[in-house]
Amino acid sequence: MTIPHLLVHEHKDTVGVVVVENLKAGTEMLAVVTADNSSFSLASRADIPIGHKVALKDIRKGDTIWKYGQDIGKAVADIAKGEHVHVHNVKTKRW
Amino acid sequence: MASAPIVANFSLNRNKLKPVKGRWIEAPSFKAPIRRKRRADAAMDHFFGWRRENGRVGVRNHVVLLPLDDLSNAACEAVANNIKGTMALPHAYGRLQFGADLDLHFRTLIGTGSNPNVAAVIVIGIEDSWTKVVVEGIAKTGKPVVGFGIEGHGDIAVIAKASYVAKEFVQWASELQREKCDISELWVSTKCGESDTTTGLSSCPTVGNMYDKLIPKGIYGVFGETSEITGAEHLCKARAATPDVGERWYRMWKAYQDDVIEAHKTSDLSDSQPTKGNIAGGLTTIEEKALGNLEKIGRECKYIDILDPAEAPAKGPGLYFMDTSSAAAECVTLMAAGGYVVHTFPTGQGNVIGNPIVPVIKITGNPKTMRTMPEHIDVDVSGILRRDLTIPEAGDALIASIIRTANGRLTAAEALGHREFVMTKLYRSA
Repeated sequence: MTIPHLLVHEHKDTVGVVVVENLKAGTEMLAVVTADNSSFSLASRADIPIGHKVALKDIRKGDTIWKYGQDIGKAVADIAKGEHVHVHNVKTKRW
Repeated sequence: MASAPIVANFSLNRNKLKPVKGRWIEAPSFKAPIRRKRRADAAMDHFFGWRRENGRVGVRNHVVLLPLDDLSNAACEAVANNIKGTMALPHAYGRLQFGADLDLHFRTLIGTGSNPNVAAVIVIGIEDSWTKVVVEGIAKTGKPVVGFGIEGHGDIAVIAKASYVAKEFVQWASELQREKCDISELWVSTKCGESDTTTGLSSCPTVGNMYDKLIPKGIYGVFGETSEITGAEHLCKARAATPDVGERWYRMWKAYQDDVIEAHKTSDLSDSQPTKGNIAGGLTTIEEKALGNLEKIGRECKYIDILDPAEAPAKGPGLYFMDTSSAAAECVTLMAAGGYVVHTFPTGQGNVIGNPIVPVIKITGNPKTMRTMPEHIDVDVSGILRRDLTIPEAGDALIASIIRTANGRLTAAEALGHREFVMTKLYRSA
């Protein structure tokens, strides 16, 4: 199997994790959903460090972010599909 | 006059530390070691450890100089310097503590001395009476333990007297033999650190797979990190063996939220949970961190009881939750004091922690960490991210590493001299 660029825990998730170093903007990424080993492809819109997240779809400000099939917080800005998702555009809902 | 020792399970000059009759150590002629063929399957169900006086099995054989308080660190370190093969466990506290905080201090010291990875203990304190509390607590295991108070005698007299005892202890301990033990006699703890998104994808599920395989074989397991379950508390509550245990877990978690976080928070926990290292590694929120953290308990295991910090489990084999900080050294110190003898530690960004008495096995799935700081890692599961290693295969690799470590292989943290021993403090001293 080809080495994936991106791993996604569950089909419900709206973000995936970059698992290769030096990922460049514009890369056509192989994404694998670990729940069932299914795969899809997605273009990155930024240079994204290993371990950081990518939006799997267009996300609107205020939307819940899903990972592990669970709520991990909310978008505090609009995020386009393929963009970097992190503390600059997502925050916990708790505090 | 030198200080009078507080003695348990041992008396100077007429003691159980006499060399075993008829046993002499002779210098053998050197032979190149013969490597025995490995029997992979057979090696997975047993290990070789030291059976202690109370029946528990240890995987290390330390003779420990245990300071009751910060003031006694110097004397303990001096004795450890005099007598090779002994180890001092300096720490920062032990004066003017009271109530639950003092109880926890005693429980941590007594638990550390009682851990089966420790063969014998010398406790040194500034005064006799609290020193005696710790000596008598450790003595319940039946292992050799002696205590000294410094007041009225001074460091030098105490160091001299304690050094004579330490020498007897370490020579006695060095002749104790390992014996074959069933894997069910292992107590394995877990806590992760410098987590990132790769821990939730790889190293934490590796530990979870290990527990799914070994808990049914009768081992004791434990996880903790109360604050770091925040965001996955609904899932954690549901993993209790009974609704009652789940309710008790939830009340414990909620008490921390209300009494500590709400009472002391600044804007939110974001400056602390996730940590700066977590954020650099790609973790964005505490919920995301917690969901990855909880992967350590696998798919099948259910926890059977809630432990106070440093409390020994008492409901038989199975998985436990211990109410601990998420700070690595504090948490591992508490689990070691609870009696756990091997620790499994998933890391993403590369936490370097060790513990003085418990071998800490580091597991990472982050290929960058594996490339930049491999000397800290015992089990490389980065193949999971490349999809050329499955979680069950990684779990087997971890079990193999646990057994090799239990049999005596030093972990990376042991070889590198990591001996972080950190007391948990509940509130300011009087």
